[in-house]
Amino acid sequence: MSSHQISVTINGEEHTREVEARLLLVHFIREELDLTGTHIGCDTTSCGACTVLLNGVPAKSCTVFAVAADGAEVTTVEGLGNGGLHPVQQGFTEKHGLQCGFCTPGMMMTSKALLEENPDPSEEEIRWGISGNLCRCTGYVNIVRAVQRASELMKENSDG
Amino acid sequence: MIPPSFDYHAPDNLEEASRLLLANPEAKLLAGGHSLIPMMRFRLAEPAALVDLRKIPGLSGIREEGGSLCIGAMTRESELEKSDLVQSRYPLLADTTRVIADPVVRNLATVGGNVAHADPGNDHPAAMLAYRASFVACGPSGERTIAASDFFTGPFSTCLEAGEILTEIRIPASGAGSGGAYQKFERKVGDYAVAAVAVQLQLDGGQVAGAGVALTNVGLTAIQAGAAEAALVGSDGGDAALDAAAEAAAAAADPGDDHRGSADYKRAVVRVLTHRAAASALARAREAS
Amino acid sequence: MAECRGLGHSVQRKEDARFIRGQGRYIDDIKLPGMLYLDIARSPYAHAKITKIHEDTAMAVDGVAAVITGKTLEGFKLAWMPTLMSDQQMVLPVDTVKYQAQEVAAIVATSRYAAADGAAALEVDYDPLPVVVDPHEALKPGATKVRDDKESNHIFHWEHGDADGTEAALAGCDTVVEQKMHLPRIHVASIETCGCVASWNPVEGHLTLYLTTQAPHAIRTVVALVTAHLGLAEHKIRVISPDIGGGFGGKVPVYPGYVLATAASVVTGKPVKWIEDRSENLQADSFARDYHITARLGSKDGKVTALKLDTVADHGYSDAAANPSKFPAGLYHIATGSYDLENAHVSVDGVYTNKPPGGIAYRCSFRVTEAVHAIERMVDLLARENGEDPADFRLRNFIKPEQFPYQSALGWEYDSGDYGAALEKAMDMIGYQDLRAEQAEKRARGELMGIGISSFTEIVGAGPSKTFDILGIKMFDSAEIRIHPTGKAIARFGTKSQGQGHETTYAQIIAEELGIPPEDIQVEEGDTDTAPYGLGTYASRSTPTAGAAASIASRKIREKGRKIAAHLLEADEADLVWEQGKFYVKGSPDRAKTIQDIAFAAYTNHPQGLEAGLEAISYYDPPNLTFPFGSYICCVDIDRGTGQVKIRRFVAVDDCGVRINPMIVDGQIHGGLTMGIAPALLEEISYDADGNITGGNLMEYLVPTAMETPHWELGETVTPSPHHPIGAKGVGESATVGAPPAVVNAVVDALWHLGVRHMEIPMTPARVWDVLNEHGAAATR
Repeated sequence: MSSHQISVTINGEEHTREVEARLLLVHFIREELDLTGTHIGCDTTSCGACTVLLNGVPAKSCTVFAVAADGAEVTTVEGLGNGGLHPVQQGFTEKHGLQCGFCTPGMMMTSKALLEENPDPSEEEIRWGISGNLCRCTGYVNIVRAVQRASELMKENSDG
Repeated sequence: MIPPSFDYHAPDNLEEASRLLLANPEAKLLAGGHSLIPMMRFRLAEPAALVDLRKIPGLSGIREEGGSLCIGAMTRESELEKSDLVQSRYPLLADTTRVIADPVVRNLATVGGNVAHADPGNDHPAAMLAYRASFVACGPSGERTIAASDFFTGPFSTCLEAGEILTEIRIPASGAGSGGAYQKFERKVGDYAVAAVAVQLQLDGGQVAGAGVALTNVGLTAIQAGAAEAALVGSDGGDAALDAAAEAAAAAADPGDDHRGSADYKRAVVRVLTHRAAASALARAREAS
Repeated sequence: MAECRGLGHSVQRKEDARFIRGQGRYIDDIKLPGMLYLDIARSPYAHAKITKIHEDTAMAVDGVAAVITGKTLEGFKLAWMPTLMSDQQMVLPVDTVKYQAQEVAAIVATSRYAAADGAAALEVDYDPLPVVVDPHEALKPGATKVRDDKESNHIFHWEHGDADGTEAALAGCDTVVEQKMHLPRIHVASIETCGCVASWNPVEGHLTLYLTTQAPHAIRTVVALVTAHLGLAEHKIRVISPDIGGGFGGKVPVYPGYVLATAASVVTGKPVKWIEDRSENLQADSFARDYHITARLGSKDGKVTALKLDTVADHGYSDAAANPSKFPAGLYHIATGSYDLENAHVSVDGVYTNKPPGGIAYRCSFRVTEAVHAIERMVDLLARENGEDPADFRLRNFIKPEQFPYQSALGWEYDSGDYGAALEKAMDMIGYQDLRAEQAEKRARGELMGIGISSFTEIVGAGPSKTFDILGIKMFDSAEIRIHPTGKAIARFGTKSQGQGHETTYAQIIAEELGIPPEDIQVEEGDTDTAPYGLGTYASRSTPTAGAAASIASRKIREKGRKIAAHLLEADEADLVWEQGKFYVKGSPDRAKTIQDIAFAAYTNHPQGLEAGLEAISYYDPPNLTFPFGSYICCVDIDRGTGQVKIRRFVAVDDCGVRINPMIVDGQIHGGLTMGIAPALLEEISYDADGNITGGNLMEYLVPTAMETPHWELGETVTPSPHHPIGAKGVGESATVGAPPAVVNAVVDALWHLGVRHMEIPMTPARVWDVLNEHGAAATR
């Protein structure tokens, strides 16, 4: 029943709030900060719709207590593009890697981290990398293409 | 699904964590939270307090020291996946880590949590049994080392005493002629095993000098299949020995019927996976000779 | 002038701009001032009498404002609500629960967390009652009766076709195959669950309902009908369907939670939000399938002649299927499929059991998947029984291109098709003969490999008003287009996209018809205050109905444009030539008036005697359904040790008529295929003898990840629909309908030499291993 003051840096901006210990990070992001791009799709840590970057790594924010994210850096889809569009966002739209858009923010956050670690992934590596994120619309083929396209764009950007 | 209320503590030293656990018998430890939090959301677990280990220094990391691979209990699964040391010298551990839950979950889930939660469906316990690993625990009466074979006492239960905290996992250091493999059969990524088999072998001049074989999710705890180990030790690792080990492992399994399949099916899967895991472990051990 | 990029262009989606930035507005993103939250306490029993609900136990929780029970609703005559199939279902039980996870009480609180605490704290006393879960048992005399208000567990008997003629034809066949098959319960499991925000304004007597619905207009009418006795009227109800995170049929029905949130808003005078958990979604929302089929198919001299299907349909405790009114078994009588056969009869008996109500689609046009599964399995069996390759047998027995329009034995008029071309293309793409050769080699080595075909015919675009209605409302759909003075446009529709890309494809249809580029056209749907009435998006009907309406409304605008252009060009209307985007006088193409010129003139310089403005509306009543088709070939390898089926390749050749946006069409097929292999291999919701659910969360309901999903290989043929304004047929569901039997046929093909003739779905490793073991083919390594 304890409540705690926490400070979390989200998309570069620090937010300090008093929260109940049981508040899930995803609710902190969505309800307290009104950043509704991060979605909730299940209650068993299965779907990955709530994936954000927690200190740089993809994490399912429905399975983290906000209080345990005190002092952490969080990036959500709203912070992905940094004003413009991130290559991953560009890749998803160019290759039709989204349909209803509900899994898309989580899928893109996972993809961003995947590409940062492995800038030139094979189809198998992409499929493996996104296997913690469910999509019901696309059948994944175009998500794979989207990540491949994002990889190209990131290379072009770094070459240029 | 919303977890029930609880008191939250994030001590910065083990003594304080241990004291908090002792003071509140309804408290639970929070490591990566990826087993506990879903259970809390379903209100299958309603701890009065959580003691978060995240601020305690020294609980995380992977190093070889004193003849062991030492893994801090708070080490994330993904750190094992990214560790050159683990990937190059500890193939059984590398195999195991790679099939736990899914890639995003592995970024937060911890090795210690997977072990200490003692879910018979968790993957590390069998690997640790096959490795002959030991676990370091700190508690009110100091530090002790527990053999993996003594650690798991039942489903979701271990020999850890009140106030005791798992701090480190020690796996015998990989040497020449050692190799291992983990074969997990799951219905889809993220699933618990229908059955899984861990095999760790030590070769000496073409003969199997030492063997560890253990099984996941076919009993109340991970099962060390001693008869399967015996069938391998002293053999040349030929098909006859592998078949005998597979048969023995299937006999050691004690599965129940459920939506993953009948007991007969699971036993058959154990047989097949034991053969495959042993073959893979052998190949790796030979490569490391 | 910008290139107009109408039909056939892979235009990037307009809707993506907000989705990739996290700016989509889904139901749970809606937050109104003073909003309360509703959670639902559910039954742990599949059948039980409620002896007492201790409301005080929930009221004692901090933040809980109200507890609503069946007794509360009974006072407002809202404890039961009608289903689309003239049955009724409970909003909340007054005395008895009929399935596990049924709603028992609603808890309204100041926060989501407090509402959940209230639901967890609520104590309810139950007296468990006997349970019936097997529909065959439910039909036996003396079976536990599920519904107190009904005579028996038998809901309906429906049949279609010539029973006697079919029996006689079967008797005259030289080869008849018979097979029982069960298509188990599955769930659409869209990644967004269902939910709503109800906002009642007591001063104005006005209700705004934000709702995850695929059919906002129909819902508004339903709400008006069921609340009329409480003084609510349709003009005071506004339904807004925001961005929807996947529908697939699961967001067609009215769920008790919607009614509860509405009642709670009326009671509290505050907006009330209800968002379903995933577990609730899987355990209580409408299911799909659950057909137990006994099929017989016969041939004479190698020619298919007669089909008979007898079916037991498990509807749970209420027939809450979402079918057109006159079709209790949907369009199941498409079951003769792609084959030219003269005799057919199908029957369905609906049955009550202690399971959740439903019988909706799972990305399928009203029971078409069940029909396709039956015929494609039976044709495969019959081919083998005739000693013929299943591909050759199909090619010989297909309806021939020259037979269209084709009158089926069960009364449908197929619009167009070239089935042989699609199958031959699929065979070429996958290298059918080479795969057969490889299979023979592998079989000799003891390896299990199979090749399966499915050549489906879909039936979509419901539907013509003479036969299709829902609650009496005809199944037309609508488009309303307004051209602004600067030549830009807004278009509104009675449908509602759930990811299909309507904002883009509808704009492309209008672009094709009027020459206005898609980016200059704003497409809106989902707000009943602004959009024209329509029946919504499901059953692959949007392109066949609302898409056609977009064409027709555009053409009306073009005709008015012709008058304005004649005025501007000082020419006779009859002398004007339309070329995409402009009118000119025959012979003088250089002196053209563009649609933009015409739009400006419509507001600034319209001819005397003609009304100003440039807009049109169309309520399109399709003259017939459309019949997309395709041929799929699946190649599988089976692990003899574990029983695991691995799809190595899957080639899908689809013919959905004219393609509006090929990129979006391919995306629909990719997704449909994935939802096709899922029930074939992974997904099932089952119940034990006590009615306890298995598969009630995403740990146990196995939605495929990218790792279980093969790399789809697509091909196409194009056979336009002759009656649709742009020749399009609809594509959202073809792949889900067509894929499952291809996978089953492949697995049976791999095991045929062992004596295996059929596999039930899902073909889990355990199930496949059992079959291998039974036939002495399980490996130990």
